[in-house]
Amino acid sequence: MCRTGSGRDPRAMTTHPVIEVSGPRKSYGGRAVVDGVTFAVEEGEIFGILGPNGAGKTTTVECVEGLRTPDEGRVRVAGLDPVADHEQVSRVLGAQLQQSELQAKITVREALELYASFYPHPADWRPLAEHLDITGQLTARFGKLSGGQKQRLFIALALIGNPRVVVLDELTTGLDPRARRDTWRLIEDVRGNGVTVLLVTHFMEEAQRLCDRIAVIDKGRIAALDTPAGLIRRASGSTVISFTPSAPLDEDELQALPALASVAHKDGRITLAGTDETVNAVISLLARQHITAHQLRVTDATLDDAFLDLTEASA
Amino acid sequence: MSTSTLSTARPRAAVLRTEVRLFRREPGGIFWILMFPTLLLVILGSIPAFRESDKSLGGLRLVDLYVPVVVLVAMITAGVQSMPQALTGYRERGILRRMSTTPVRPSSLLSAQMLVHGLAVLVSTLLALAVGRLVFDVRLPEQLAGYVLALVLAVLAAIALGSVVSAVSRTTKIAGAIGSAVYFPMMFCAGVWLPVQSMPHTLARVVELTPFGAAARALGQAASGDWPGWGHLGVLAAWTVLLSALAARWFRWE
Ligand SMILES: Nc1ncnc2c1ncn2[C@@H]1O[C@H](COP(=O)(O)OP(=O)(O)O)[C@@H](O)[C@H]1O
Ligand SMILES: [Mg+2]
Repeated sequence: MCRTGSGRDPRAMTTHPVIEVSGPRKSYGGRAVVDGVTFAVEEGEIFGILGPNGAGKTTTVECVEGLRTPDEGRVRVAGLDPVADHEQVSRVLGAQLQQSELQAKITVREALELYASFYPHPADWRPLAEHLDITGQLTARFGKLSGGQKQRLFIALALIGNPRVVVLDELTTGLDPRARRDTWRLIEDVRGNGVTVLLVTHFMEEAQRLCDRIAVIDKGRIAALDTPAGLIRRASGSTVISFTPSAPLDEDELQALPALASVAHKDGRITLAGTDETVNAVISLLARQHITAHQLRVTDATLDDAFLDLTEASA
Repeated sequence: MSTSTLSTARPRAAVLRTEVRLFRREPGGIFWILMFPTLLLVILGSIPAFRESDKSLGGLRLVDLYVPVVVLVAMITAGVQSMPQALTGYRERGILRRMSTTPVRPSSLLSAQMLVHGLAVLVSTLLALAVGRLVFDVRLPEQLAGYVLALVLAVLAAIALGSVVSAVSRTTKIAGAIGSAVYFPMMFCAGVWLPVQSMPHTLARVVELTPFGAAARALGQAASGDWPGWGHLGVLAAWTVLLSALAARWFRWE
């Protein structure tokens, strides 16, 4: 896309992480909704925030955007305080909010031109609209757009100021699978242009595919922070073995398998979660007892499994 | 001009231009603010009794009195019906919030809305004056400076009142209900059912203390060539100050 490269502060590029979130707390009605979340995002990263509904994801990123003021703790974007230095931060940070609209009768083109006029060095909206595939809707009114077109317009508006950082909150919620995949490609392109992406999602597949690192947030705290692969490895049942035994297996012997995380029986089929060690042990167990394993499948756990494991552990 | 005012002037102008465009796409607003007041004047003026000169009104005709009244109708409709719907809608639907993430303050959207409604009232006023003059031979305001002053103060009061309605209404629904509740008493005070000049003495004294009662008197005086009473102008200014302070105190951005 069309970055001019101007308006960048070379100092902030080298030394500090572009986003620093150090233990902000935010309470509503005496209940801590965000409770000491700490992470730092490096320039050029796609950093994911993953968590169940109500975990405090939106509250956290809205502190980064300067829309909410944390009760305590420190948040910095390009070294600036998003609340106190709001104007400067808003020039380098583009946001797509979880819930927001535009005037129902504004056209796509008018919205792009209007938002471009807000920034000192805006991107040219024409190639941006082309890239986001909304050129066919330039004269359409916001109220008449489909969910996917609205989302793409909001991505365009988040990028129109040539930001260093974009914050995308539940960008693909409500999109059909195809539109979701298109959006993922777009986010990769955005990062390809050197923009740092802070991505809030509750889709595992999305986080696994896009993010360099993920903070799993649960009940206002960070449950884990790692690469997608690291999170999966960290989960106790990172490998899943399933088969239909030719003869019944002794439950005690199953339970005694090394590094076993869980056992499940369903319609004569056994599903075990564990590690590579568990796989080896179960195979030798079957061999010793001369039992054939029909339809034996060994799969890696997904981020889904890791996520459930992580958020349950802290429950 | 400092650099910072220069850098915010361009986006503010762009926001205003957009809001003017959007207003022109609202047939409801166009009809009720721009057309309806003049239509009301035409309907009333076509009743023969409204065109007879009345000694108790110093020789004026009722239709003469109704030109300022329909101007006030435009103001009240713009201020308490139309503008609060727009403002609470912008808040309810996260439009103000979205703007808060840009270098431009969402307050520029509010001031653009106020300006758009003020301009609409001005256009409506010119239309009513022109039709009054051309169709019913109503003389144009003879004390023009006084008329403009009274008009501006009245528009400010209407916008301040509308801002209070927007501030206390959490949703567009509530704004609609409060707007309607305020609308009819304000229309009464403006003299829609009975011009203030024709009201019984005690009632008139009370009505003149309300913003649109005072505005009706001030505009009426300026229309017939007198400088509007300072008392009436003072009432208008006092309401504007009070209502603006309340709106600023109560307004919530989210
Ligand atoms: N302005 C607010 N007032 C009261 N409670 C709030 C407010 N904002 C968020 N919450 C509460 O904080 C919790 C976390 O919200 P949020 O950050 O939106 O979660 P997520 O984005 O992870 O779904 C929720 O229980 C929500 O109801
Ligand atoms: Mg959320």
